[in-house]
Amino acid sequence: MTLTLRKTDRPYLPRGVRVQRDEKRNRTVLMAPEKVIELDDIGVAILSRIDGITRLEDLVQDLAATYNAPAEQVEPDVQRFLQALRGRLYVMVQE
Amino acid sequence: MTPSAPIALLAELTHRCPLSCPYCSNPVELERKETELDTETWKEVLGQARDLGVLQVHLSGGEPASRRDLEELTEHAAGLGLYTNLITSGIGLTPRRLDNLEAAGLDHIQLSLQGTNANLADIIGGYRGGFDRKMSVAKDIRERGIPLTLNAVMHRKNLDDLDRTIEMAVELGARRLEVACVQFHGWALQNRAALLPTREQTQAVKETVAEAARRLQGVLAFDFVPPDYYSDFPKACMGGWGSTGLNITPNGTVLPCHAAQTLTHLRFENVRDIGLEDIWYNSQAFNAYRGTDWMPEPCQSCDRKELDFGGCRCQALALAGDAGATDPVCRKSPLHAKVTEILHQEPNAHDSDLVYRKL
Repeated sequence: MTLTLRKTDRPYLPRGVRVQRDEKRNRTVLMAPEKVIELDDIGVAILSRIDGITRLEDLVQDLAATYNAPAEQVEPDVQRFLQALRGRLYVMVQE
Repeated sequence: MTPSAPIALLAELTHRCPLSCPYCSNPVELERKETELDTETWKEVLGQARDLGVLQVHLSGGEPASRRDLEELTEHAAGLGLYTNLITSGIGLTPRRLDNLEAAGLDHIQLSLQGTNANLADIIGGYRGGFDRKMSVAKDIRERGIPLTLNAVMHRKNLDDLDRTIEMAVELGARRLEVACVQFHGWALQNRAALLPTREQTQAVKETVAEAARRLQGVLAFDFVPPDYYSDFPKACMGGWGSTGLNITPNGTVLPCHAAQTLTHLRFENVRDIGLEDIWYNSQAFNAYRGTDWMPEPCQSCDRKELDFGGCRCQALALAGDAGATDPVCRKSPLHAKVTEILHQEPNAHDSDLVYRKL
């Protein structure tokens, strides 16, 4: 299957994957099976908006509005980020 | 420079196990039930680990389900905010215990696979009926939707079954398959002549994993541990000694890696005597091979020294007779010819009997 998300796909973090604060190191991380991934501000912004309900195009619009950036510029970054996580099954999608 | 805090704790709750795999990662000197830490001490240690910076705890063994307090310890770890991962053969995980582990907040299960059919798997595991029980547990895990990784330990006797292993991972609903070729320490070292893959198998496993990872992208993720004797460079053991992970044995001994007790010149502290933080930062054993200052040539001037950290200390001792040497698996090691010689002889030897782990 392709890892590319369609505009209408609704991404979510499956069971066993969660965003969590790492107080000791003053950062936010993605906790996954046998893996800890440090998130930057953009990663946190994306993952805090995915819930299995919000569609990709709405997620991109929200980010574009929040960060005052053109949606055409935001979309490829979001795709790249979510596809990498989808390849590891840290992100899944509802159609 | 202050060392970084550990991310992961491998908690070996017990060495007891119904299986007796000839490549078991437990030490050759197994600890008995009477010496195991009690429930309250493990809870205290989990709290210390969390305070030290640990984010994930791997509840392992032996078979961790051999401990009746597995559910209680899982609940305690989850309550501390730790990500809880159960590393198991599946034996002893009844549906009821799975329900209780789920309720306790267990995040993920890593299930071992000895072979793709009862005939092979039960010979490797040394436990008749083990394979059928495992398949039943895998079904129970899937029904509950508990995230599952299948850990297939691969060697000369089962590498030719890799295609079926991959199919099984998909059928069992695993999200991830670890194709873990046996690393030769402890029990596995005693069985090396029977388990070391051939060169052809080593080439085939790389190609098969790469092809399957492409074909199954988004369905099954792969982690691949190649047979390191055939590699040009050594594995980055533990991602660097004393840098990200630690291991606590059933009796509370704290190790930089699960095989470290073969390094008999080091003194390993125990959580019954000293706090975990003190052990991590100040003990002789954790500082022995930390960073890069300890490294000999050719590591010291090598541009890979912070990629593979000189390789595995236990392997350096086993093959070079010196735990402070460059891992002889590295093609730059002056002793690399020893590995070449082993590869020339052992994979072609007639099958020798397996030595099963035992107390």
